[in-house]
Amino acid sequence: MSADALAPVAGPQPDSAGHFGRFGGRFVPEALVAALDELDGAWRTAMADESFRAEFGALLRDYAGTPSLLYEARRFSAKVGARVLLKREDLNHTGAHKVRNVLGQALLTKRMGKTRVIAETGAGQHGVATATAAALFDLECVVYMGQVDTERQALNVARMRMLGATVVPVTNGSRTLKDAMNEAMRDWVANVDETHYLIGTAAGPHPFPAMVRDFVRGIGDEARQQCLDLTGGLPDAVTACVGGGSNALGIFHAFVPDEAVRLYGFEAGGDGVATGRHAASITGGSAGVLHGTRTYVLQDADGQTLESHSISAGLDYPGVGPEHAWLHDSGRATYLPVTDDEAMAAFELLCRTEGIIPAIESAHALAGTVALAPKLAAELGREPTIVVNLSGRGDKDVHTAGDYFGILDKER
Amino acid sequence: MSRIGVAFDKARADGRALLVGCMPAGFPTVEGSIAAMTAMVEAGVDVIEVEIPYSDPVMDGPVIQKASDIALAGGVRTADTMRVIEAVAATGAPVVTMTYWNPVERYGVDVFARDLASAGGTGLITPDLIPDEAAEWLAASDAHGLDRTFLVSPSSTDVRLAMTVQHCRGFVYATAVMGVTGARAQTSDAAPTLVSRVRAATDLPVGVGLGVGTGAQAGTVAGYADGVIVGSALVRCVLDATSEAEGLAALRTLSAELAEGVRNPVR
Repeated sequence: MSADALAPVAGPQPDSAGHFGRFGGRFVPEALVAALDELDGAWRTAMADESFRAEFGALLRDYAGTPSLLYEARRFSAKVGARVLLKREDLNHTGAHKVRNVLGQALLTKRMGKTRVIAETGAGQHGVATATAAALFDLECVVYMGQVDTERQALNVARMRMLGATVVPVTNGSRTLKDAMNEAMRDWVANVDETHYLIGTAAGPHPFPAMVRDFVRGIGDEARQQCLDLTGGLPDAVTACVGGGSNALGIFHAFVPDEAVRLYGFEAGGDGVATGRHAASITGGSAGVLHGTRTYVLQDADGQTLESHSISAGLDYPGVGPEHAWLHDSGRATYLPVTDDEAMAAFELLCRTEGIIPAIESAHALAGTVALAPKLAAELGREPTIVVNLSGRGDKDVHTAGDYFGILDKER
Repeated sequence: MSRIGVAFDKARADGRALLVGCMPAGFPTVEGSIAAMTAMVEAGVDVIEVEIPYSDPVMDGPVIQKASDIALAGGVRTADTMRVIEAVAATGAPVVTMTYWNPVERYGVDVFARDLASAGGTGLITPDLIPDEAAEWLAASDAHGLDRTFLVSPSSTDVRLAMTVQHCRGFVYATAVMGVTGARAQTSDAAPTLVSRVRAATDLPVGVGLGVGTGAQAGTVAGYADGVIVGSALVRCVLDATSEAEGLAALRTLSAELAEGVRNPVR
């Protein structure tokens, strides 16, 4: 499967300018248009090039360790009341689905003859993945990270530095992910000739949303076939967490034409959408323009971006990829919020029933699945089969989770 | 012809470039920004560019980011910006607005154009809106008689440059360097080439911005461009001042120096 992870499929595509219905497009300084056009061309050429596809497929298999397993979580299933199949992206090299995207973009960077990559990161996962690919491909790597995040994720800062990357703490604005993204854009405008901006999710200006989706959509291609092999049929539902939304698009894409398969994206509801302290851009935001694309955004009455809140640093972003905005408007996918507390309950449940510590991001998908299962069972009149994208592992979250559950020994 | 066009023509007849000075509305306060812009006009700035503060200004360097943050922390609203524009337009200087796109979309594109026109604004500079995505703005600016200034860059291809200037009205904004706003020690080598490429594509006046901060630099840019656009260096006068009076004095001094510069083009 992964040997041809980029083979053309029938799933939905944007128009040639990257519009997903009324969403997407390019809201960028003119200075970046030439680079985006170059990237668009390189991506389209690569997609049609069997040697690129073979090289990407070999990397995914030999380096990243895909196809990832589809694991039937029997004890978790018994607690939830559904047949739950976990797509184990947490077992990939670097511990999440993100390695697929960075390998694809790093290969493209080489093809474009660029020597430097820059990236934004929140918790540091995408920064670590980018630094990993940069080391593998011998590229200079600069990672922008909000100062608030460099302090609370010191271990990932060290990881990136070990891999040879330069980490730049961003001290303006709210000093978190969105400001890191602004700073990366500024760097890109100034250094676009030799630099590729390796965006970490299916957001940003065209072609990033469609391109990133293409690099990660092997998740769904694999899961669909694995589910057929394991159960003899398609699942009743596919679930994933949604921050920027790359892991969700990655697993949704192959299933979009399967109309009987319901698609659920679970957003970070933080303290609850009603409190205003959340990161649920679709359920709690409105249409707007942020970071180069039109999509759902957390914003005030004047269009100023609002700060997002989530226990999960990877979902703590005030926007969402434009393809999700479109899937929401079209009704093909359903987006629901999951609170911090619900996510952490599901986190604990998976730890205790399966011996798997999920990323807190992925715990949002698990929590949404817990709530969905009885409704789906009632509607279908039988036990539903649900494929959950376990997008990442929880090693990076041990401190946050330990703190949440109050199980850390007090410092002396 | 638009009021900006008339001003450019007059400057050209006088053998000099037009001086455009930028300041965020509401920085450091709404009244303070009106006082700053008025002082700039009095000291020789020809056109005021009122920037609407935005939370995520990706084309702006640290100085304007800081000023925007201060303005937003002070609670400035888009409606306040309209009041600033009205007050500054009352001085007689043409006022052009600069804004990232989301605040306009949120305000309502047509309503924004209507209010901007009735406040006395001449048009809009849009750093993150390219003509490709601007259908709604093209219609609203036509309906309310506003100028449209899109940016061209050293990296713009000939095809894009021609398309972009074709959608401009009033003047074209040429970004002198590949980078964000902020005063630089040296002016750009790329800018003269870019300006001559724009001239080959349109008769519209060309303003050059990014990196100009001194009278000497203004004179250099005035040697090849119709307009010299200065932002960060002016904003810094207010940012670095310990009192409003000190800020206004520094603004007057720098404005006068820049005004002298655009009157002595280095050709």
